[in-house]
Amino acid sequence: MEAIASTAHVDHGPNLRQRLAAKGFDAVTLLVVPAAIFSLLLFVYPFAFGFILSFEPKSGGWLANYQRFFSDSYFYDTIANTLGLSVPVTLLNLLLAVPVSFRVRLMRRQRLLTTILVLPITLGTVLVAEGLLNYLGPQGWFNRTLITLGFIDQPLRLVHNYWGVFASLVITGFPFTFLLTLSYVTGIDPALEQAAATLGANAWQRFFHVYLPLLMPGFAITFCLSFVQAFSVFPSAVLLGEPAGSTRVISIAAYQAAFEEYDYSMASSVAMIMGFVQLAIVVLVLASRGLFYRGPASGAKG
Amino acid sequence: MIRDTTLGAKLWAVAVWSLVGFFVINLLAMIATVVTSSFATRWLGTWLPLGWTTRWYSSAWSEFQLWDVLIVTFQVVGLVVLLSGALGVTAAYALARRDFPGKRLLVLLFLLPLLIPPITFGIPLATVLYRTGLAGTFWGVVVANLVPTVPFVILVMIPFIEQIDPKIEAAARVFGANTFKLFIHVLLPLLLPGILAALLLVLVRTIAMFELTFLVAGPTSQTLVVALYYAVFAAGVRAVQSIDAMAVVYMATTLVWLVIALRFVNPTQIVTRAKQQPAH
Amino acid sequence: MTIALSQFNEVRLDRVSREFGALNALRDVSLTIQRREFIALLGPSGCGKSTTLNCIAGLLPVTGGAIWLDKNRIDTLRPEERGFGMVFQNYALFPHLNVRQNIGFGLKMRGIPRAEIDRKVNEALSLVHLHGQENKLPGQLSGGQQQRVAIARAIVIEPPLVLMDEPLSNLDAKLRLEMRAEIRRIHNELGATTIYVTHDQDEALSLADRIVVLRDGVVRQVGTPKELYEGPAHLDVADFMGFRNRLKGNVVAVENGRALLDVEGMRISGVARETLSVGSIAYAAIRPDDLVLGEAGGNALQVRVDTIEYRGREFVGTAHSEGGLDFVFRAHQPVELGSTVHLQADDQRVLVFAEPIKGRK
Repeated sequence: MEAIASTAHVDHGPNLRQRLAAKGFDAVTLLVVPAAIFSLLLFVYPFAFGFILSFEPKSGGWLANYQRFFSDSYFYDTIANTLGLSVPVTLLNLLLAVPVSFRVRLMRRQRLLTTILVLPITLGTVLVAEGLLNYLGPQGWFNRTLITLGFIDQPLRLVHNYWGVFASLVITGFPFTFLLTLSYVTGIDPALEQAAATLGANAWQRFFHVYLPLLMPGFAITFCLSFVQAFSVFPSAVLLGEPAGSTRVISIAAYQAAFEEYDYSMASSVAMIMGFVQLAIVVLVLASRGLFYRGPASGAKG
Repeated sequence: MIRDTTLGAKLWAVAVWSLVGFFVINLLAMIATVVTSSFATRWLGTWLPLGWTTRWYSSAWSEFQLWDVLIVTFQVVGLVVLLSGALGVTAAYALARRDFPGKRLLVLLFLLPLLIPPITFGIPLATVLYRTGLAGTFWGVVVANLVPTVPFVILVMIPFIEQIDPKIEAAARVFGANTFKLFIHVLLPLLLPGILAALLLVLVRTIAMFELTFLVAGPTSQTLVVALYYAVFAAGVRAVQSIDAMAVVYMATTLVWLVIALRFVNPTQIVTRAKQQPAH
Repeated sequence: MTIALSQFNEVRLDRVSREFGALNALRDVSLTIQRREFIALLGPSGCGKSTTLNCIAGLLPVTGGAIWLDKNRIDTLRPEERGFGMVFQNYALFPHLNVRQNIGFGLKMRGIPRAEIDRKVNEALSLVHLHGQENKLPGQLSGGQQQRVAIARAIVIEPPLVLMDEPLSNLDAKLRLEMRAEIRRIHNELGATTIYVTHDQDEALSLADRIVVLRDGVVRQVGTPKELYEGPAHLDVADFMGFRNRLKGNVVAVENGRALLDVEGMRISGVARETLSVGSIAYAAIRPDDLVLGEAGGNALQVRVDTIEYRGREFVGTAHSEGGLDFVFRAHQPVELGSTVHLQADDQRVLVFAEPIKGRK
């Protein structure tokens, strides 16, 4: 007990260390500092820098970049192009993912399926684009099968256009949406459904009155995350689509501004607009989330 | 979920499974296309190639300088894993165990790089890195890749740390462990499975991270996935089979790690950090 | 026996306060614990008893006052510098260490040589009757065994003070009685000084030398089990000591430490435990054991019987009066449900308390 301070040295009341600790600041809290500095330096600062840079165009007034973006259809069409791809794809993925996750929830061996589905996410968009170029091409297995089965006479044009990019977004996006949905669906206490059943609710009523209200916030978040992924489509839009035409998405415009025109100011403006559109949609969806139940979904604390 | 046995429910189940089957078949066929093509001598207008060969691999190996690319890839990935582990685990510990003013803001700060797609923040990030001269260099690629991986480790580790009873740490302290001993004797052994899982996921994600690497890499600091993109982009210059051989090499590198990772984590964790309930 | 606890004369809590939110706050808790005492901190959940323990252990910083171990101030020390032993509510055993490593953990942290750790751990193992289990992991042990490991881990470091935070609350009823006896045995064998937190008055009454009743972060009463059982100082302490009948009434007369209450027109007299003034509202508190059938003595009450439960040797009944007051009473023979009976209580056994001050946080 040598470490015990003697009476004479201490005043009544807690010392500074303890007073700070009571507010939550102590040595442990400081562990967060390196990561926080890192994030400020490499995430917040570049964003702020890009934001300011976007108002310092190569020529013209401080809004010149934005004026150029919204007056040149070569630029502003990219928003419509991107939304035209990302919104339908996200809705489709979510619409498919919900019934599938309810079904998969019953499976005992989910792991095989989830492992297969995690493949395209892991492999990434570049590989999926390369694979689909062959597979969906006029000579690819997909068209061949359809012709053999007699559904079509001529190969469908599925690559180097809208549908190629659409397909790649489904291949990488559906598993992502599905796995998120599955984690929300499995997060709901099965006892709630059983309780509803004993109270006389049929399958549809159980879904509509028990699951749906509890899952709405989860679906909203899933939609946001999936949408944001789809909205930032880049490699597959270049490789599988028509990067100069119908699939000239906003990230291509940003990339070209930066790395083909070397106009970082313009590129930053496009990136800011891209971020703003994403943010707007996310805020819109999450704001509507406030209309739904937002507590725990498991009865007990979770 | 309660199983229904009515006809309608059965039809519904069949429909759902057909959908899943259709998706999985197309996915596997797409991958099989790449693999088949990489071994094909000539494959045009037929179901299967005319003959089989492995020469595309050797030609891809030399044409695309795959050895150099692989070395760079593993160096980048290794550093990203180590650094994001060190930065992420410590921060996650603080966030899991302490409440302090501004904590919510900080969590939001760590959440944003995971919510915002890399291409969106990658362009301003690349701009800054080009101004500082880091872009195009090996370290530029490492730093850019850390931006989403550090928050990823933090967000995977927070629930893992939270599920360790703080009373266990209190017990260690009461029984005389200082911070260092607490870490070595109690926290590290308890956190190891979580750290391993988080870092394996970082590894898999970093191998496949295209956008950030693409935006900041120079000719000598490309990773495999970026090299693959350039090869596909410039298709026509090289034989399709050669590109597919490279794609197979890329797939193999990714999948080896994916298989290892899946021994420790649930596949669901690759997209979400929510833990699944045990099957009922 | 070579487990020899470090000795000291007293632990003194001097106006210890902890302001942290409304709940679990402490206000000016002063308490002196003598060597070899077994002190129970008793109170309902949220009363601050665990907070007090955690402040003594150093797991929570105090925001006012001081804690002294003889002449040394300890509340500014880190928990690892205090050297107390602690048994946690859910045991907090290290899940990755086996029984032997768990018990030896504190010794290892102190850098004690391996051979000596082994020797002491062996002794602790035999003290808690756990030989043969030393290589198991906590997950492989039963609740009672985990409890024994937790106790062994706390005493093996030979602490001056052993802190126990509701150690029996996770055990089933039978095991709880068994471990209760074990805890007292170990305390006596080692000559330990123990502070024991519980919400169970039976546990406190049977284990402790002195009981400290806490409520809303304030010490309400300190005394031996007998003092508390027979003479609770406030209504809420009486509540905790099994005075399940509380009859609200008006003070009609106060005289020589006795009070007469008017409860719905019935006259009830009892011992005044607090200062009462005529005309004020007061409560008469009676144990079910002291409320029996009959009308011969004083304090007769007319009630209608609602339920009767068989309790082995006797019956426990509930009843209500015409005015809607509820009663719990004891009977030697079954009483017909719905019948009207008279209950009586010896006026020495009736305690009268002033109305508690409302609005205390």
